[in-house]
Amino acid sequence: MADDVAIIGIGLHPFGRHDSLTGRAQGAHALRAALKDAGVSWDAVGVAYGGSHDAGNADALCNDLGLTGLPFINVANGCATGGSALASAVAAIRSGMAEIAVAVGFDKHPRGAFNPHPRDWGLPDWYGETGLMLTTQFFALKTRRYMHEHGISEASLVRVAQRAFRNGALNPNAWRQREMSYEEIADSAPVNLPLRQYMFCNPAEGGAALVLCPASIAKRFQPKPVIVKAAVVRTRHHGSFEVFSPALAAEQAPSPTVTASRAAFEQAGVGPRDIDVLQIQDTDSGSEIIHIAENGFCEHGAQELLLRSGDTEIGGRLPINTDGGCLANGEPIGASGLRQVIEICTQLRQEAGRRQVPGHPRLGYTHVYGAPGVSGVTILQR
Amino acid sequence: MSQPVLACAELFRFEDDVPQLLGSECSDCGETYFPAAAGCTRCLSPHMKPREFGRRGTLWSWTIQAFLPKAPYDSGETADTFKPYGVGYVEMDCGLKVESRLTVAHPEALRIGMPLELTLIPYRVGADGAQTFTFAFQPAMPAEQGAEHG
Repeated sequence: MADDVAIIGIGLHPFGRHDSLTGRAQGAHALRAALKDAGVSWDAVGVAYGGSHDAGNADALCNDLGLTGLPFINVANGCATGGSALASAVAAIRSGMAEIAVAVGFDKHPRGAFNPHPRDWGLPDWYGETGLMLTTQFFALKTRRYMHEHGISEASLVRVAQRAFRNGALNPNAWRQREMSYEEIADSAPVNLPLRQYMFCNPAEGGAALVLCPASIAKRFQPKPVIVKAAVVRTRHHGSFEVFSPALAAEQAPSPTVTASRAAFEQAGVGPRDIDVLQIQDTDSGSEIIHIAENGFCEHGAQELLLRSGDTEIGGRLPINTDGGCLANGEPIGASGLRQVIEICTQLRQEAGRRQVPGHPRLGYTHVYGAPGVSGVTILQR
Repeated sequence: MSQPVLACAELFRFEDDVPQLLGSECSDCGETYFPAAAGCTRCLSPHMKPREFGRRGTLWSWTIQAFLPKAPYDSGETADTFKPYGVGYVEMDCGLKVESRLTVAHPEALRIGMPLELTLIPYRVGADGAQTFTFAFQPAMPAEQGAEHG
């Protein structure tokens, strides 16, 4: 396509806990790495979109990188912040607004579950005060219902986590690099049943950045550009089962993941069977299982067999979260969606080392989901 | 018994001492909302009217909150005194699923489809011993009996 956009630079500050570093410092590290990867200097960047949830305005990165006067748009879209920044950067290049664009995200969260305030989400105070406003509860409630409706076993919840840590152990940038046994995960402490301690990702710290330009000039900067075939963000519809819902409608509607995924496949002109390597939002084991089907990669309920057969492993036909996903990397909200894109670029560029998907993958897919019901999907091609 | 102090008094109508759950309904398309909504997110109508959902339902999904939530949770408990509590979506007769605390927090005692009824539970005890109540669903009695709060 004439107006294709390419990713020419990727940069990551490893996720985890970095007590001596601010979130912004980790964002600056990632951004410098991405610029270096692209061979582009900061003053050549025509527009930037960036976000962080708990670590200040992303625009403050200009104080580190240089005050070049560029339009820098702060993005605040929950867990889909990175996906939203990327979609905006792609649109900016397509519109001709800029030749070189940056999407960047970083974060540094306090330990433990997120503690949102009801009024920020248009909800009454009692919803938080009486102990109903927890993301972990939502994931558990949606997972429990899904298991009931589609015959998913607790063993599948364990298998997702096991694979995440197995892949994390192959990823030198992962926060959790230790494999865990089935029993260790299955017997870990209940957090919100059916979900247990090692089935949940943790809020974390880190930074991630991308440099983009029109595909037509990408090889000037990068011998292995990755084409963004689609970058789509969708929010919830009436009736979908979303986080922070004091009630659910009588009649259920598909989640924003379903609509974002369909739109992305349509834009890219490909289908789920064409995808060689993918990132699926795994805030927890249950969510990944649900998201595999919501993104169109299998029928509801077929995940059970998919996980048991090894199809989702690095050597399988549908390799999921090859870098360990959120479970092994943690979730710095501002950076997490871009970490997914960076892993797919790394795979498509054949630079994933011990976790490289065999067979020279050509098409990759990323999916992020977050409160209060927003999904971002990208389809990427080498 | 005198009316208990409620964290969310606007959610109930009392019939004697028995709470009935209140919300709203779209005057145009009939969609139901809990808590009461200012407008209809389905048909976009701004015309809403009060709607009562009664007090009985069935368990649609459940979990057990096993760790002490951070603020704004204000039960007054500490990590040492915290008692895990059940949370579920309860399907009311009209099909709406209401998120609620459950009086039961044992996995063996919870199953999807079990009948439940609305009650009030003290979720906070202040320094002066004063209790604040919120709504919860408890396993329903085999025969219809009035649930007493407190």
